[in-house]
Amino acid sequence: MDNNHLITTENLTKRFPMGQTELTALNNINLTIRKGEFIGLVGPSGSGKTTLLNILGTLDSPTEGSAVVLGNNTAELSHKNSAKLRNLQIGFIFQTFNLLPVYTVYENVEFPLLLQKLGKSQRHDMVVDALKWVGLADRAKSKPAQLSGGQCQRVAIARAIVKKPALVLADEPTANLDAKNSHHILKTMETLNKELGTTFIFATHDEKVIGYLKRQITLDDGQIANDQVLKG
Amino acid sequence: MIRFLLKGLVRDRHRSLFPILVVSIGVMLTVFAHSWFSGMINDIIDSNAKFDTGHIKIMSRSYAENKDQTPNDLALTGINDLLQQLRDDIPEMAWTPRIKFGGLIDIPDEAGETRSQSPAMGVALDFYGPGGEVERLNIQNALVTGRLPRNPGEILISDELAQRLETKVGDTATLIGSTMYGAMAVHNFTISGTLKFGMKAMDRGAMLVDIHDIRLALDMDDAAGEIVGYMHPIYKDNTIQSIKAEFNSLHTENDDEFAPVMLSLRDQNGLNDYLVYAESISGMLIFVFVGIMSLVLWNTGLIGGIRRYGEIGVRLAIGENKGGVYRSMVLESAAIGFAGSLIGSILGLALAYWIQVKGINLGDMMGNSSLLISNIVRTRITEQTYYIGFIPGLLSTVLGSMLAGIGIYKRQTAQLFKELEV
Ligand SMILES: Nc1ncnc2c1ncn2[C@@H]1O[C@H](COP(=O)(O)OP(=O)(O)OP(=O)(O)O)[C@@H](O)[C@H]1O
Ligand SMILES: [Mg+2]
Repeated sequence: MDNNHLITTENLTKRFPMGQTELTALNNINLTIRKGEFIGLVGPSGSGKTTLLNILGTLDSPTEGSAVVLGNNTAELSHKNSAKLRNLQIGFIFQTFNLLPVYTVYENVEFPLLLQKLGKSQRHDMVVDALKWVGLADRAKSKPAQLSGGQCQRVAIARAIVKKPALVLADEPTANLDAKNSHHILKTMETLNKELGTTFIFATHDEKVIGYLKRQITLDDGQIANDQVLKG
Repeated sequence: MIRFLLKGLVRDRHRSLFPILVVSIGVMLTVFAHSWFSGMINDIIDSNAKFDTGHIKIMSRSYAENKDQTPNDLALTGINDLLQQLRDDIPEMAWTPRIKFGGLIDIPDEAGETRSQSPAMGVALDFYGPGGEVERLNIQNALVTGRLPRNPGEILISDELAQRLETKVGDTATLIGSTMYGAMAVHNFTISGTLKFGMKAMDRGAMLVDIHDIRLALDMDDAAGEIVGYMHPIYKDNTIQSIKAEFNSLHTENDDEFAPVMLSLRDQNGLNDYLVYAESISGMLIFVFVGIMSLVLWNTGLIGGIRRYGEIGVRLAIGENKGGVYRSMVLESAAIGFAGSLIGSILGLALAYWIQVKGINLGDMMGNSSLLISNIVRTRITEQTYYIGFIPGLLSTVLGSMLAGIGIYKRQTAQLFKELEV
């Protein structure tokens, strides 16, 4: 196996029960994703983008076929081990930010490190670094409610990358943001991709995002309609 | 991590303050209700105990066997020594002698001829002795006219009897009865006051006399029908039973029919049956109460848990495992349940204690005091009161969140997200 292969899927299929019948959300997806890629998943609503991200992020498992993520076949992972894999290697960014409202910016970003049981001073250094990356070092003590949407999403990015994961999965990270903030977010992710070598995969409808992509995978009705490298 | 969770708990009032409030109110009500019911039971015991059974009573064996006839010929003798011994050996209880007797009350006119007459029953008390009878029986408040006996030969009679006999305070009343040895006894008393007993049979024809006077009248020197003992401040069945067992064991060897025997309150007047009945009724009420409280708290726990599926989804995505999330939820609810149950128990106990000590005087409100019916309502704290609210408070909160938490396991992680996104 090629060590650069971060993710491989083979005939990956996902069906959801729909009353008497089943709904095929993903149909025979074959994909190979390498370290350091910067990939956009595009396609119409209902085409299966979120479903694919959930499976790649080990939050869900395939009905048929397989997905190997960072050397782990997701179908064979126990709850415990998939949690461990997410904790150490995978960062998530959501459309709705999903920060924990009662905690400060600092504490939100610190949370994944607490789960890793890192020491206090190590956590501190890593959190400060991550907040610097996203340009929010001065808002460490704020609560999410005191931040703008763009700032919240940057906190969410900091939370995703603070543990320096191999893979970051983002589901429509710019959908709730205006143009200026969207560009800011993408530039931040682009820089992280370059400097840390973090692999990014995000689902998006957003035209503004397309220009940043290195590779664009188009889904349609659960199938890969197009897979093209945009820049190299 | 624990600190992190605690911070969240303290900062999020929906997760801490409100559930704690709900738990503590529920627990407080349960604790208070329990003490209230215990108080009610205790009250009924108490009015029986005060006038009749005592918390414990000593009689001679043969008197005890025929006690309904108040056979004073079988009365205990050597009372002074026995009382002294009891007061020395068991100083935590108040001991006092009583003589019950029956006879005719005769009201003479100026010429000494009978003006009116009625059968009467009487209780002789050690009015001013160390037994504290005047306070115990609330006699001062039960007076309708006149005053307490102050001089030898003064008696109190029921107000109803006084009216029927057309007599009043200051008049002479002659008691015609029989002495301890069966001879006829005729003794003149002066009525110093009239009383409301609060019980039909007594109000129809009863009198209170100082025990020293009745000893003279009935020739009962150093004798008494019974000695009653009272615990302070409240009746404790366990203590009473052990005092009784010990006292009676001292006299088992003695087969004299005049040897003293102790009977506890439960042994008399069918009070045991009553107690068992009352306890089971109040047990049922408390059970229903605790059940309702548990349902409410359970629901609070459930809602609290379900409200947090979103947060839980994020934590799972970030890499916390399901067991960890579940444990932290249960732990949180245990902390909430503990804090709420503790606060509720303390508040409930404090309120119960206050009413136990102070009492609520219904007599004052109704202006209707009597000797037999207690007009002060008191709560009563028993050992059960300490945990009757605490345990269900804690358990139902934890159980509620445990059930809510099962959702974490049942749902696909991705599904928790769906619920989070809408
Ligand atoms: N848990 C589920 N149960 C049943 N059907 C589901 C479930 N999750 C997704 N689906 C269905 O699978 C299909 C793909 O959904 P998915 O959320 O992946 O689309 P998407 O490309 O992310 O759409 P959007 O751009 O609107 O977010 C849809 O038809 C959806 O209704
Ligand atoms: Mg989607």
